[in-house]
Amino acid sequence: MSQPKTIFEKIWDKHVVKRADGYPDAVFIDRHFIHEVTSPQAFDGLRKRGIGVFNVNRTTATADHNVPTKDQHLPIKEALSRHQVETLRKNCAEFGVELYDLGHPFQGIVHIIGPELGLTLPGMTIVCGDSHTSTHGAFGNVAFGIGTSEVEQVLATQCILQYKPKTMKIEINGKLGKGVVSKDIILYIISKISASGATGYFVEYAGDAIRSLSMEARMTICNMSIEMGARGGLIAPDETTFAYIKGRKFAPQGAAFDLAVEEWKKLKTDEGAKYDTVLTFDAADIAPMITYGTNPGMGMKVTDRIPTANELKELNEQVSFKKSLEYMGLEQGSQLLGKAIDYVFIGSCTNARIEDLREVAAMVRGKKKAAGVEVWVVPGSKQVQEQAKKEGLDKIFEAAGFELREPGCSACLGMNEDKIPAGKYCISTSNRNFEGRQGPKSRTFLASPLSAAAAAITGKVTDVREFNVKS
Amino acid sequence: MSKEKFQKLISPAVPIAVENIDTDQIIPARFLKATTREGFGDNLFRDWRYDGNNNPIAEFPLNNAAYTGKILVAGKNFGCGSSREHAAWAIYDYGFRVVVSSFFADIFKNNALNNAVLPVVVSDQFLNELLETIQRDPKTEVTVDLENQFISFNGKKEGFQINAYKKTCLMNGYDDIDYLLSLNREIKEYDLTH
Repeated sequence: MSQPKTIFEKIWDKHVVKRADGYPDAVFIDRHFIHEVTSPQAFDGLRKRGIGVFNVNRTTATADHNVPTKDQHLPIKEALSRHQVETLRKNCAEFGVELYDLGHPFQGIVHIIGPELGLTLPGMTIVCGDSHTSTHGAFGNVAFGIGTSEVEQVLATQCILQYKPKTMKIEINGKLGKGVVSKDIILYIISKISASGATGYFVEYAGDAIRSLSMEARMTICNMSIEMGARGGLIAPDETTFAYIKGRKFAPQGAAFDLAVEEWKKLKTDEGAKYDTVLTFDAADIAPMITYGTNPGMGMKVTDRIPTANELKELNEQVSFKKSLEYMGLEQGSQLLGKAIDYVFIGSCTNARIEDLREVAAMVRGKKKAAGVEVWVVPGSKQVQEQAKKEGLDKIFEAAGFELREPGCSACLGMNEDKIPAGKYCISTSNRNFEGRQGPKSRTFLASPLSAAAAAITGKVTDVREFNVKS
Repeated sequence: MSKEKFQKLISPAVPIAVENIDTDQIIPARFLKATTREGFGDNLFRDWRYDGNNNPIAEFPLNNAAYTGKILVAGKNFGCGSSREHAAWAIYDYGFRVVVSSFFADIFKNNALNNAVLPVVVSDQFLNELLETIQRDPKTEVTVDLENQFISFNGKKEGFQINAYKKTCLMNGYDDIDYLLSLNREIKEYDLTH
């Protein structure tokens, strides 16, 4: 019998077109997503070389990072942003790439539309010029973020030159506690292993706590793999995966679907396969989480106290820690519970799927946001927006004083006008709390959609377990 | 297409003794609206370099005239976060050709190598000594020798690892796409059969 392999190795090895001594692997890419911010220079590169896109059927484009979330039917006001989106239009038309532009029923955040449209499937290799491409791994594929030079490589050759990363298994077993959702699981893992704890690795998430999650929840976990430095993260496909894919626009249909499922069922790690690292956590130890610092590794249980510099081992670490707390305007050893917040952002490729909006709506139904707090709900895609309206979630948000916007990356990275003002605190369902991430001098607390909704109502950092939430 | 070559560099260095420097600090998102690769250097470390009124922040090393040169030295886990290649373009455009740290994020490392910027990984101890030395004497000359794979200053020397393929590319200004284009026949065959 051949050497037992992990699911990651099976997919990777199957896609190696050329493995030569002294060279990285030339890995074939099944699906390439592009957007307006990291693609223009890549298309310029193709023009300079006088070549086209290798296979336009494997590339899909959308506009998401730099688009307004209000009045998308009107021309974009800001000149540079308008130019960037127009450049994407021009490039897609010239090279023959399918574009889901503003106003198109399939437009949305690139990592939300791929799965939604059935473009993201098990066993694939998927890349995009965006680090959160790891999201797609929830379907049991090898998906990772790349730079613009690599976007050019893939457009030109449908391949990428890469060294095979090491493998890590992260297993979570047991039952999740009340008010604990998938965002808390991933924030918990990152707080345990740090913002660089998985650098150089491709992660596989396993264990019964992961198996019990919906596809939306699995995507949230895989999405934040990059926040611990991982090249990507995946979850082996199962019946939950197949049920999600069935009937999606670009997924195999009918008999072809049944055949595909038979193949996808083989996508699991063989008995006896070796990982370079294995970590195991107990689901019962996970509580609603919140970050207090300026990298996603600086997180804690919402009821915990912020550590003190003395608790950190290295001097360099202490310096960075103090800088971080100074930026956040927080005291070492203090508690975040009860801290007043100014903004709530519910959105991003981490938590802007329909399930996230449903959870938030269920929590705020019949309630009102706290005075002085501004709440933005930015759906992940046009389809999510339409579905939310169909279910009447828009009415619930409106009654609560939440503003339902149009789809895009929005205040997750503050490239458009959706910025958190200097010095203000925002509880955010997004993925990064870096300095200035949500706007110059903005201060971010990362948390789950449930925790963000609770904070919107109370106006302060809240233990969601005090609310009547389902377990 | 040929790129700038890198073989050996002797230069003073600029220290930024902060850990976990993410690419949002290197180049904030609001400066990613350009559609070309040039001009990002002006906004390198924008929000650490300038205050809200666009006045230079004196204590930030890039604003300290004593620090010069083409080598940036920074704390561990440099380049984490967003995959934006604009971070590597900004570093290059500003004039740096080497970044020294004890640990780099994967995507940034690839982006740097694809843009004639050499990431040099050193031990924590070597990094601390280098940072302290530059801070004490900003004129300290640092040597980065790619061919022989070592970095040295004031008689202290440490070897560094670099992948043989990437080393050849940097030393000769080769480009990944040239190699991949040479595999065109194999790739086409794979595409048709999968």
